[in-house]
Amino acid sequence: MRFLSAFIVGLIFGVGIAISGMINPAKVLNFFDIAGTWDPSLIFVMGGALATTFIGYRIVLRRDKPVLEERFQLPTARAIDARLVGGSAVFGIGWGIAGFCPGAAIPALGSGKVEVAGFVAALLAGLWVARAIRDRQTGKGAVA
Amino acid sequence: MTGLETEFTPLQSLAGGALIGLSAVLLMFFQGRIMGATGILSGLIAGTAPGDRGWRAAMVAGMIAGPLLVLALTGQMPAVEVPVSWPMILAGGFIVGVGVTFGSGCTSGHGVCGNARLSPRSMVATATFMITCAITVYVIRHVVGG
Repeated sequence: MRFLSAFIVGLIFGVGIAISGMINPAKVLNFFDIAGTWDPSLIFVMGGALATTFIGYRIVLRRDKPVLEERFQLPTARAIDARLVGGSAVFGIGWGIAGFCPGAAIPALGSGKVEVAGFVAALLAGLWVARAIRDRQTGKGAVA
Repeated sequence: MTGLETEFTPLQSLAGGALIGLSAVLLMFFQGRIMGATGILSGLIAGTAPGDRGWRAAMVAGMIAGPLLVLALTGQMPAVEVPVSWPMILAGGFIVGVGVTFGSGCTSGHGVCGNARLSPRSMVATATFMITCAITVYVIRHVVGG
């Protein structure tokens, strides 16, 4: 049941990424290229996703617990520190270089393009190296 | 370097965004978790707890099947155009992996789920990566390549 629900959640996410245009780095980079070939479509992706999640979370989080687990696991970190801002700044630079964020690159693998596989391999390498560095510094930490 | 023109698609983008949001709501409903691609992948490669990898792998499989379902329904694979060189693809991927690990999330975890929970951390993270992304695109396309 956990596998099936996770697969279906992933499938809905992947279809959303695909039809929204987030799956296409050319479109993502154009969203950020206001001075050039600007394509404002991604404002609508963010608007649709945020509105749905904002309302849906308010309904779901009224429950005592989720359907398949004993409790909700919401992030508890509160600190706005150099790690959060620095990490996010670095992420934005990488996003601007290649045009893929992690949630767009995974569904894009379905296109079968070798460029996507190359990006995801490099992404996993970056995740692995950064986790090793972070765990050595601090012990374990949760990632949202 | 100038960009490849892409068509403005407000309706498809809004509908796709609503589906992304629906998936986040469903994951909270079933498993009580934030829908973050960073967290899903990070847990998949690190294996935080016994039996924790299976559902993550199932979700990744579902994500990859997404565009294939669109192909099956519409007869057309959604466009995936990568308008940058191989060194940029690989450097970009590695830098994204490092950044999202230290930033504790990406466009899905912070940008959608965290902001929907009105998390100050996610708002700061989202503003930061949107700004550095825009600056990076400007520099690459209009300063270095201009």
